[in-house]
Order: sequence, then structure tokens, then C-alpha cells
Amino acid sequence: MTATSEPLVLGIETSCDETGVGIVRGRTLLADEVASSVDEHARFGGVVPEVASRAHLEAIVPTMERALRAAGVAISDVDAIAVTAGPGLAGALLVGVAAAKGYAIAADKPVYGVNHLAAHVAVDTLEHGELPDRCIALLVSGGHSSLLLVDDLARGVVPLGATIDDAAGEAYDKVARLLGLPFPGGPPIDRAARDGDRGAIAFPRGLTAARDQAEHRFDFSFSGLKTAVARWVEARERAGEAVPLADVAASFQEAVCDVLVAKAIDACRAQDADTLVIGGGVAANSRLRALAQERCDRHGIAVRVPRPKLCTDNGAMVAALGTHLVAAGVPASPLDLPANSALPITTVSV
Amino acid sequence: MLVLAIDTSTPAISAALCRVNAEGVEPIAEVATVDARAHGELLAPQIREVLGETPPARLAAVVAGTGPGPFTGLRVGLVTAVSMAQALGRPTYGVCSLDGIGAQTSGRVLVATDARRKEIYWARYVDGTRVGDPAVGHPADVAAGLADVTRAAGDGAFRYADVLGLAPQPPRYPSLPALVELAADRIRAGAPSEALTPLYLRRPDAVVPAARKAVLP
Repeated sequence: MTATSEPLVLGIETSCDETGVGIVRGRTLLADEVASSVDEHARFGGVVPEVASRAHLEAIVPTMERALRAAGVAISDVDAIAVTAGPGLAGALLVGVAAAKGYAIAADKPVYGVNHLAAHVAVDTLEHGELPDRCIALLVSGGHSSLLLVDDLARGVVPLGATIDDAAGEAYDKVARLLGLPFPGGPPIDRAARDGDRGAIAFPRGLTAARDQAEHRFDFSFSGLKTAVARWVEARERAGEAVPLADVAASFQEAVCDVLVAKAIDACRAQDADTLVIGGGVAANSRLRALAQERCDRHGIAVRVPRPKLCTDNGAMVAALGTHLVAAGVPASPLDLPANSALPITTVSV
Repeated sequence: MLVLAIDTSTPAISAALCRVNAEGVEPIAEVATVDARAHGELLAPQIREVLGETPPARLAAVVAGTGPGPFTGLRVGLVTAVSMAQALGRPTYGVCSLDGIGAQTSGRVLVATDARRKEIYWARYVDGTRVGDPAVGHPADVAAGLADVTRAAGDGAFRYADVLGLAPQPPRYPSLPALVELAADRIRAGAPSEALTPLYLRRPDAVVPAARKAVLP
């Protein structure tokens, strides 16, 4: 395939608080523009769906304009428009899906409604090339914590496990809040943890006990960890003692990353996969990246983690999955494509 | 000049293709479906249906009802209008959706649509022209403040006829040719494109969290 015959796809992402527009030709990233409403959510301690939806409507046209300019293409040039159809916040998703249809009708292009989680896997191909025939994907963000078996991204993805309560990023947000750190909690905890002792406090590792292995071998649970941190901090405060912020942050972060990496490696070994792809906002965490690298090296597993800007939500990942689907000859979505807040991971494109 | 018109401020999901010329506005094709929960699914196929064989590039402008209306459905229409207009390089013009009902009335009329939560979006009209800004409120409170109004139109008038104490009259939903008529001067003059700012009239439900709760007994 020559460079110019590779599919040129526009990707739109609005599943949470980032309005993303990306443009990809084949495996080449041409534009990745993101407008975030995160500052508007900070004082609420979490993403407010209606605030996010309003921001998407305001941001979509200027973000599209910037992406088209950056890529030097017109909407009429693209082969298809891909959009996150789910999972995510229903009202937020709907802004992106309706916008994609508007662009598609006006420019007479096919539209692909795609799975947000599959897009988080696909984005790595922009940086590290084609995926191997089989890999395990660990997707960790404020809304998701999943282990997936990926054989052929265009055909489907097999869910191995997911969080049974809070997502990993959600645990970071909640712990940050009780430590008096800002939202979103990932970056400030990561920073605070650098000066702390990871082994200072033995916080629990959810669903790692022997009795959990039959039913929850590849599932996660972070709700108990969050409560354990809250209890530990509160006990110090009641005793009138200072809370060692750096040690709490480092020990909490170690508990999260330890479980994520241990289960991801267990999944690789169980499924005979020699590659682990990590994606989602939490994949930007420095400790997760370092620990995954260290332990995977020991097991002969290749780790692929996109650069942080491609880990957090963006339109490039949607476009990357879109080019994959177009190249694989997957049919486009119907024009009555719904936004589906609970789109199962087994549905890569709608 | 061919104009696409969209309104999704009520349970009626509406799209129309209209011709605007010196004499007035002529509807060419119009589709409306009443389904309060399918704006995201149905609007786009309806737009394709009203366009029929007309290439979208022949559109001179896109007109959209800017509400007030339930947020999620309203946004579907507005984002569809702005995305199509951006792709086509054409202007968008916004019209208050209540005007698509009120313009079809005469005398002193209350126009009301459903705002959910047992409230209505409403405005007063005198001989088809709106008096004042649209607002949101409880039907009983609205009725109490409108001594001179003798009739009520719109979906809200039908839903809350008893509380309002006014016999409801059509139209129940915004008329797209009426919305285009209200934008016709701007369309003919090639006025600058307008930002389609939704008339939400309510703030997002969001509460700044209180101090954290104790987890120890």
C-alpha cells in the first residue's frame, strides 16, 4: 500500500470531559487536537456530565477547525469519520455522535461508531506500529479498569476482567480529595509519591487473595483500598499526628500499580501473549509505566505504552481505530447509530 | 436559496428543506417524529430524507431552533446544524424555538413547551410576536402572572391545560417554515453566521461536595 492509498480518517471523541478531534492516515498521525473542560469540573471533585456536554457543544467546531488546519486536509478529503459511540457519559457521547453524523451527511462520508476502549488500544499503533497477532491490553482511566484479550482489533476483543467497583483513576481522584490534593488526582498523587516510601504503609491489594482467584482472577477492586487509605489518614488525624502525605501517596500508588501490573502479567501468561499494551489516562502515571516495564522485562513480555498525550482521551485514538476498520473492510455504521453509554467491549464498531 | 431547518427542542424531532426567495418561504420536504428519547438516532436519517436528491452543497444556510428545550435533545439539533454548516462552509442562523409556535398564533397567547420536572418553557406572544425573553417555571406560577392571556399553544399548553386554565390550541410543536421565515431576512442578506447558543435557562445540576465523611466509627 502506498502512503496516499492508506485510509484517511477523522476521529471524534466526546465520551467524558475532553473534546478530541484527530486525523490519521494509515498509521500516521496528522492531527490531534483536544479541548478539555477539566477546569470546570475541578471544584466539584469529579466530572459533571451536563457541564461536560455543554462544553463539547461549544468546543467541537473550533477543535475540528484546528485539527483540519494542523493536518492540512478538508473534510471532503477524508475516507471516513469515526466517532466514539460508547462507553462513556450518555449526554457527552451524543454530542460527538450527532456532530459526526452532521459532518458525514454534509460531506457524504461513511460514519463509524466505535468503542472507546478499543480506540485506547488502537492508538498505540500510531507509535509502535501494528499490533502482534495476540496481545493483552490493560486499560485504566477515571472511568474504566479492564483487561482485554486482543487478537484482531477489527473483529473483536475478549474481555478478561474489569473493576467490580471503582475505576483506578476514580480511586486516585478520591484519595487525592481526602489528602487535600486537586482534581484530577492522578498527576498530584504521582508527584507527591516521588518523595515518599512505597513500602511505608501496607495498603490492601484488592482481589488478589487465593479465594478470589476462581471468580475474580482478572478483575479489579479499588473501593476497599480507597477506604483503607481514608481510615489510615483519619486515624492519624484523630491521634493528632501529622499525615505523611508523600508516604501515603507512594504507598497508595504502589498498591494500585502492583495489582494492575500483577494481573496484567498473569493475563499475558494465561493467554500466551508476549505483548502488553497499556492505555487510558492512568497509563500516563510514572509508577505504572516503570513497574510494568520492570516486571514485564523479567517475564519476557514486551510492554507498549503510548506517550502520555495519546493515553488520555483524544480523537487520534478514534481515528486510529477508524483507519484499522476501513482497511479491514468493516462496514460503516447506520445513520441512526445511537450513543451507548454502556457499549460492551465485545462491540468494536457499531 | 435552499435552506435546511432543524428543531429538536421538544419531543418532536424535526427537519425540513425550504426554499427562500423574495416572496417568502416555501417548504419542499418536512419530516417530524415525536419521540422524546430518540433525537440522537432519528435526526440524521430525517435530514437525509428531506434532502433527498438535493446535494448538501446546494444548501445556502442552516437554520436551527435554539430552544429553550431539554438539554440533551436540544444539543443534538444544534451540533448537527453547526457541524453540517462547518463542513459546507455555510452560515447558521438561530431562532428561539418558541417563536416557531408563537408566530403561528394571533391575539394574546401563552406559548409553552415541556421543560420536564413538572415545569414549562414559556413566553408571551401578541399577534404572533414574542413579548419578552423566554423563561422556565411551574405552570401554576406562570398562569398566575398572565392575566391578559386568553389562549395557550404548544406542547406545554396541552400537557398542563388544567393547571394553566387555558384551552390548548395548535401548533403543538415548532413549525420549521415559521423558523425559516423568522431568519429569512438574514438569509437573503447573507448576514454573518451566528453562534447557535442554546437557551438552556437552567444551570447544570452540580453540587460542590461538602467536607468528607468520616469512615471510622
